[in-house]
This record gives sequence, C-alpha cells and structure tokens, in this order.
Amino acid sequence: MKKFISGNDAVAEGVRLAKPHVISAYPITPQTIAVERLSEMVEDGSLKAEYMHVESEHSALAAAMGVSSVGARAFTATSSQGLLYMAECLPYASGARMPIVMMNANRALATPWNIYGDQMDSAMLLNSGWLQVYVEDAQEALDMMIQAYKIAEDSRVLAPVMVNLDGFVLTHTYELVEIPEQTKVDEFLPPINMTEQVMRLEDPKSLCISAGNDFNMEFKIKQEKDLHASRSVIKEVDKSFGDSFGRYYNGMVDTYMLEDAEAVLVTTGSVTGTARIVVDKMRAQGKKVGVLKLRYIRPFPEDEIRDLLKGKKRIGVIDKNISFGYEGTFFTNVNSALLSLENAPESYNFVGGLGGRDITKDNIEEAFNTLLNADKIDKVNYMNVRCDL
Amino acid sequence: MKHNARNITNQEFFYGHKACGGCGESLAVRLAMKVLGERTFAALPAGCMSAVSFIYPNMAFTNNAIITPFASTGAVAAGMSAGLRALGIEDTHTIGFAGDGGTADIGIQALSGAIDRNDDIIYICNDNEAYMNTGIQKSGLTPFGTKTTTSPAGENLPGSITMKKNMFEIVAAHDIAYAATASVGYLEDFMNKIEKAKNTKGTSYIHVFAPCPTGWGHESNITIDLAKQAVDCGLWYLAEYEDGEFKLNRNPKEFSSVEDYLKVQGRFKHLKDEHIEVIKAHRDKKWEKMRKRWL
Repeated sequence: MKKFISGNDAVAEGVRLAKPHVISAYPITPQTIAVERLSEMVEDGSLKAEYMHVESEHSALAAAMGVSSVGARAFTATSSQGLLYMAECLPYASGARMPIVMMNANRALATPWNIYGDQMDSAMLLNSGWLQVYVEDAQEALDMMIQAYKIAEDSRVLAPVMVNLDGFVLTHTYELVEIPEQTKVDEFLPPINMTEQVMRLEDPKSLCISAGNDFNMEFKIKQEKDLHASRSVIKEVDKSFGDSFGRYYNGMVDTYMLEDAEAVLVTTGSVTGTARIVVDKMRAQGKKVGVLKLRYIRPFPEDEIRDLLKGKKRIGVIDKNISFGYEGTFFTNVNSALLSLENAPESYNFVGGLGGRDITKDNIEEAFNTLLNADKIDKVNYMNVRCDL
Repeated sequence: MKHNARNITNQEFFYGHKACGGCGESLAVRLAMKVLGERTFAALPAGCMSAVSFIYPNMAFTNNAIITPFASTGAVAAGMSAGLRALGIEDTHTIGFAGDGGTADIGIQALSGAIDRNDDIIYICNDNEAYMNTGIQKSGLTPFGTKTTTSPAGENLPGSITMKKNMFEIVAAHDIAYAATASVGYLEDFMNKIEKAKNTKGTSYIHVFAPCPTGWGHESNITIDLAKQAVDCGLWYLAEYEDGEFKLNRNPKEFSSVEDYLKVQGRFKHLKDEHIEVIKAHRDKKWEKMRKRWL
C-alpha cells in the first residue's frame, strides 16, 4: 500500500511495523510528529506498545535502557539539544550492548538557537558506540526502522542504532511511501529473543557493571571489534530486506554515476537527492560527475570509500557540520580512509546547510565545476553563504 | 505476617560486597532484598552501593541488578517495570536503591517523572546525608552544621548552611501511592514498610536514614544506635503517607539529647552552642507541624 506521508510519519509507520514493546520519548522539534503518531497508534491499538511520557530526553534513553535490560524491544526518538541532553546515556547503552533503536531528526545546536536541519548533533556523538545511518528520503526512513532492529539485535552486533533524518527537509516533507505488509515484516523481523546480556528470572545477572583498569580495555576492544563486524551484518540485512521487499540500499554506501566520474561529491542524507539531479543535468552536458552517498558513518565504510574513489582525480565531501578549529567531521573521516591509497584523489571539503541553510542545485553544480575546473581549491569551502566573513 | 528478627529469611541476596564496616546503607539494601525476594530487579545509580557490588568479575547481587546513570534510577527502573510487563513476566518487583544525592539532587527529576506516571516501582532513598562515594561532599540532604569536604567548617562557616531538603513531603506532594520514612535504627519498622511497598500497586518511596561511619566520623559499632538516636532526639522521624494522609509512626514524649547524638560524630565536632540551638529550633518547628497535622 502506498501513502503520501512525511518523513516523521514514515518513521512512525516503520516503528509500528517493527513492534517495539515500549516507546519512551520526549518531544522536540522537528521530531515531534513521529512521536505524536506513535502515541496515536498506541491509543488506537494499532501498535501494542506502552508509551512512556518521560520528563526528559535523558530519561527517555534511560527508560529505553531499562526496557532493553530485561530483553524487551525499545524505541526512542530525539533531535539536537535533546540528543545532547541524553548524551551521557549513549555510550552507556552501547557499552551495555543494548539493541535500542533511536530516530534522530538532525538539527542545529544552540547558540544561536535554530530548529532547522544540520548534522552538528549526531556528528558530535560519532564516538558513542552507536551505529549511525543517514537516510535520503521517507521510504528509506521507514525501511531503516525495520532494518535497524534486525541489525541491532543480531548476536554478532548487539549495538544500538541511530537512524538520522535531516530535520524538516526529510521529517516534514511529504512523499509517496510504500508501507510494507505486517505479515512480511513479521517474517523478516521476528520478535526479539535476547538471552545473553539481559536480566532474566531463570538466569539472574548484574548489568552495566564496573570494570577497572584490569578489564575495562578488553570490554572496549570487544565492543570495537563487534562494531567493525557489523558491516557484514548491515550488508546481509540490506540484501535480505531487498529480497523480501524489493528495495535494496546497497549496504554501507550508495553511488550515482560514479564509475567513470572525474569529479565526485561525497554526500550523506537528503542532499544526495539534489546531487543526483545535478549529476543528470551535468552529464547531459558531457561533464563526468558522480556521487558517493555514505549511508553509514559508524561503522565507517572505509573499504568502500577506498575501492570506489581509487583513481578519481578530485573529490569533495559535503559536511553539514563543523568540528570547530578543524573542518567538517565527515571530511576528516573520508580523508583518513583515503590515506592508504597510493594515488589518493585530491580531497576538498564543502561545508553547507548549517542551521537549515539551503544547499541548492546551483550550489552543488558550482561545487562540481570547482572540482572539475579550478586550478587551486581551498581545503574548506562554504556553500551558499550571504557574505564574506 | 509482620517481619521481625525471628522470622526474617536466612537467604541472602546481597553479599560479598566491599562496603565499609558498619555501613548503614548496605544493611538497608540487604534487608530490603530479604523482604522482596529473588524475583526482584534492582536498579542502582552511581553511588556507594553500586561501586561496592558490581566490580567485574565479582557481583554481589544474586538477583537481577543493574547500575544506572546517576540521574536515572527512576527512569531505568520504570523502563524495567514496563519491559517486564510488556513481556508478560508477572509477579516481579522492580526497586531502585539510590543515595541522598542520587535522589534529592541529580535524580529528583527522573523520580518525579516516575511518580507522576505512577510506574510500578519501589524507590529507596538511602540517606547518609552526603556524597560518600566521592569522598564526603555536601548534598541536598546534608543537614545544617555538617562538616563535609565541600562544606568545610571554619571561622566563617559552620559547615553546611542549608537545612535538608524535605524529600518525603516533596514525594508525597505528587500524591504518591505509598511513601514512608524509616531508619536502620528501627529495622522491623523498615522491613514492614518495605513489605507495604511490595504490596503497593504503583510507585512507592521509602526514605531510610542510614549512618555512614566513614563519612560521619563515628565508630563503626554504633551505626544502629546512632540511627535510633537520630529518631529519638527528633532530628529524624518515622512517618508514612498513605491514601492521601500523613501519619506519624513514632511520637517521642520527650526527645533524647541532641548533643549526645552530635558529639560522637566527627562531622559535628566543631559545632558551637549557637549552632546547636539553630538545629534544635528547626527540629521543634518541624515537630510542631507534624504533631499538629500528622497525628
């Protein structure tokens, strides 16, 4: 069945199909419509879950940890200041290997106050031990809610997943979305069945324990190895999802007209859609441009980046975030992956979209033309700015 | 059946931990667990009790237990309770054991949320009147005149200058299903209040007064005596809030000596008569109100 719905609605539909036991959430723009829909679904009985009205984001994730600790399926959603308010609980949940799924509506951070989309919030939490996936449209948002639980609960992974949607551009834009049938989703995603790492009456456990300098490092290395290993689970789940529902997302990354491209823009999230259109236009003019979309930032698709960008002349990484005093965060990550290539492409940063500033087709075309033609390019370039600063 | 020293189970749920000798708080946890039994899921935030009992690979709880973020006892316990209910796992108890700072300061928001939702949890505030785990710093439940490492007593200050947050009445103001104060000096009273909380549907809160030899600077063999004296001299009280009514459980005809209670504790050694008068005046005002309204 197809429905004309917003990204937030699509998240709610995806969560309904994934059947969490408990939803604990605190409202924040632009996530609110997702949790409003979920509360309505709980009210009308179409989602058999408990909706916990927690008094803060910190408690939203803490409550989700309580739910997860007894082996039940938990969902929460947040954005921006809310994500940072719950930040303490992010490494807590991942260290305890809790397969919680959270929607994050990517939004700017105060100050200045701003409710519109950028990636400063999630970029700040790359080191939290959560898988981070960035979706391009409402359909991918819905599908990733279902995939996220499958990945998170896999015994080879056991890690929480943050599904990121660009604030407003995705959360509030209406698109035609295919809603999968519940029976098919049930086949793809069976009920959660956790026996390890959870508290059970048959096998009591102490969780979220202390480990001093005698054992702590081993716990962390195990966590790190499993997050690396999650790449193969991500690909497996993407493939089986495609086999069941007919939509493949290509696992860790997606590409558009990349193979023979001389200039490549590396994207995340919704700006990819705009870039695809610009590529079509420029290709029609005979310009060899292409796109590499990073779907996951953690685990980082380092092998894919190296394989796909090998032999390219110039690449530009679009970042809707800045690590102040350095550069865009994803740019740093991409460059680090490219380091081991013998003839690595020249790599430049295009920072844009902060506080919801548009990244227009013209801006993207300009970035491609810079990569194709400029003699010399700044390391960091700002897209669509009002004045010189 | 009333719990007492003769009929309490020999089964232990909390042992092998590294709490100090004479620790009042660990006694409260141990006895609460004896009343609640093995089908109990415990949530403990940062604090002494979690620090001494979850040190990998030595775990001190035989039942299910989890350390929560410092601010999150109420939220994690509520999540556990909701998760168990959603999974259809019945006849269990979910309990939070937090300290005074974990309850009255950093954890008060999550606790308030849980009571507001009437989540089916028991919340125990183990009150030893300062942040002991981090080395005896002042909390919102540190009483007037207490010397701590962040409220030093000197020429200008008598130690802590705040009185002590009134957590029991703050909790009761939520119209909670059941709330009580207790003391490890009156253990049968404490155990039977745990029993009441166990049988309460919805949120219950028990605020138990628990001396700390390390933080208070007293001999480890007088913990129980001190916890009794605190009640007898009127600086603590035993009360309940049930069905919307307050009830004072113990109403001493005459208070025992406040000076005797204070002088055996290093944290109060510096107090002058004028400070003790402040403490007594505050006590008298509180008791006047309680006797008028709660009897």
